[in-house]
Amino acid sequence: MVNRILFVLMLIAGLSAPFFAYPVFVMDLLCFALFACAFNLLLGYTGLLSFGHAAFFGGAAYVTGYVIKAWGFSPLVGILTGTAFTLVLGYVFGYLAIRRQGIYFAMVTLALAQIIYFMILQLPFTGGENGLQGIPRGHLFGLISLNDPLAMYYFVFSIFLIGFLIIYRTIHSPFGEVLQAIRENEPRALSLGYDVDRFKLLAFVISATLAGLAGATKAVVFQFASLTSAHWQTSGEVILMTLVGGLGTVFGPVVGALTVGALSHQLSSFGSWVQVILGVIFVICVLVFRRGIVGELERLVRKR
Amino acid sequence: MPISVILAQALLGLNVGVFYAMLSLGLAVIFGLLNIINFAHGAMYMLGAFVALIGYSYLEQWFGISAQIGFWGSLIVAPLVVGALGVLIERTMLKRLYDLDHIYGLLLTFGITLILQGLFSNYFNVAGTPYPATPDVLNGVMNLGFMYFPTYRIFAIVFSLVVCFVTWYVIEHTRLGSRLRAGVENPQLTQAFGINVPVMITLTFGFGAALAGLAGVLAAPIYSVSPLMGADLIIVVFAVVVIGGMGSIMGAILSGLALGLIEGLTKVIYPPAASTVIFFLMVLVLLFRPAGLFGKEK
Repeated sequence: MVNRILFVLMLIAGLSAPFFAYPVFVMDLLCFALFACAFNLLLGYTGLLSFGHAAFFGGAAYVTGYVIKAWGFSPLVGILTGTAFTLVLGYVFGYLAIRRQGIYFAMVTLALAQIIYFMILQLPFTGGENGLQGIPRGHLFGLISLNDPLAMYYFVFSIFLIGFLIIYRTIHSPFGEVLQAIRENEPRALSLGYDVDRFKLLAFVISATLAGLAGATKAVVFQFASLTSAHWQTSGEVILMTLVGGLGTVFGPVVGALTVGALSHQLSSFGSWVQVILGVIFVICVLVFRRGIVGELERLVRKR
Repeated sequence: MPISVILAQALLGLNVGVFYAMLSLGLAVIFGLLNIINFAHGAMYMLGAFVALIGYSYLEQWFGISAQIGFWGSLIVAPLVVGALGVLIERTMLKRLYDLDHIYGLLLTFGITLILQGLFSNYFNVAGTPYPATPDVLNGVMNLGFMYFPTYRIFAIVFSLVVCFVTWYVIEHTRLGSRLRAGVENPQLTQAFGINVPVMITLTFGFGAALAGLAGVLAAPIYSVSPLMGADLIIVVFAVVVIGGMGSIMGAILSGLALGLIEGLTKVIYPPAASTVIFFLMVLVLLFRPAGLFGKEK
């Protein structure tokens, strides 16, 4: 019930946002919100800490940008290609990473993501440190020009909603229940007869694919695929967003992405102090605020 | 290709390898007792280099102390400063996380990394500041019979190897080391025998941090001192640790050296792969020996 009310509120806020906020800024937040939701499926609901999600976010952006710019495909085809690419990449990463547990899992994903980062840096068609620039927005279904800010905004918002609903369905399905069982007690899930590795792999692939969808969309929004989006610091940022909003809560990552995104935007004039401030928030969250904003609110509601 | 070029690259690779070895050794020692992966290890390496730089060039300007700490002094001061910071972090923050999932330790130290990197990026050039105080004895080149090689790099290799092997000896063959290993094996029982395990944990974290700081001082004259010098390095060291497995001290040292060497040789054979070869090796190890070369999975 609470979830439904929150969902309606989110819908209203999302639909009306471009009328009182700068659309490109809101689209940026929406991409990060979807990214964080995808990440949360893995850390919050399966208990796997991936430190390499930037590879999906950034990798998809480059593939999408390249398909649209060099091959002249429409933005929708571009985004779908980028997302399909991360589906495959997620399978490869997941297959390798689930061979190790816990802390090793985090280190393996981080190292794998670094391969993608260096490949993007060195490959001839990615623009190296400058990124892939000048991606045309083109037309949706050959009819609607995405150069119109409002059309673009509602296109992005629809993608966000689709991604969000896929994650919501996944969490609240029997499959999602098993994922949470694995998070709570992996040996027990194993002994109940669940093929834990297969569940983990599938969760990883879903999470990677949706993270890719977010990255691909961002490339079309900014008409630009940047090296930063594939850097490990972006992996750290999405962890922070999820943590601030609330691990393992449906709306937490959305709230977290809005909070951290708005904060970074407000603080952008402080230069590298932003990094220090984000670091301090990270430390505070880990030490005393592990439930996150939504987690704490849920606890308050339950107490009453 | 002339053999001297290959040998020179091998030695340069070994030079990087000793840094990998020192850092992965520190990570392994910390992991053994605390079950925590210290993401801030790279930042502590960076901090060590900066303590050396500040001690030489900025003491008067910043703190009004008209003294200079030279290179030799830094080899002692920097590990002490970084070690002290490590102790402080362990006492005030990490200590609170021991009952939780280990990933929180990683996340906390990631936050600390951001803070340290951000702080130094404010005051220093990200592109790097050269370290001006390499002692005269270590300047110049040395004739190795078959080739000439910078004296300082030879010194860095030998010095780091000595530090690594002394650490290995202390942990594997002394009374202090046996207590440490007992603490790794079974903390409760070790505590019951009257050994103060919490203090041991704190000092171990401090020691691991100090090793990173020492590596930073040794690296300062070779690479210029930059706020981001530890950032990408630490990820490579993570891959080294995954390849070696953190079960053994010697394993951490040897895999660090070997991987540095391989990376150096890749620079001769196929330069574009030099920055990723270690990650690809990690993939191979994960496929064929998931627990790591020397590892016993915890």
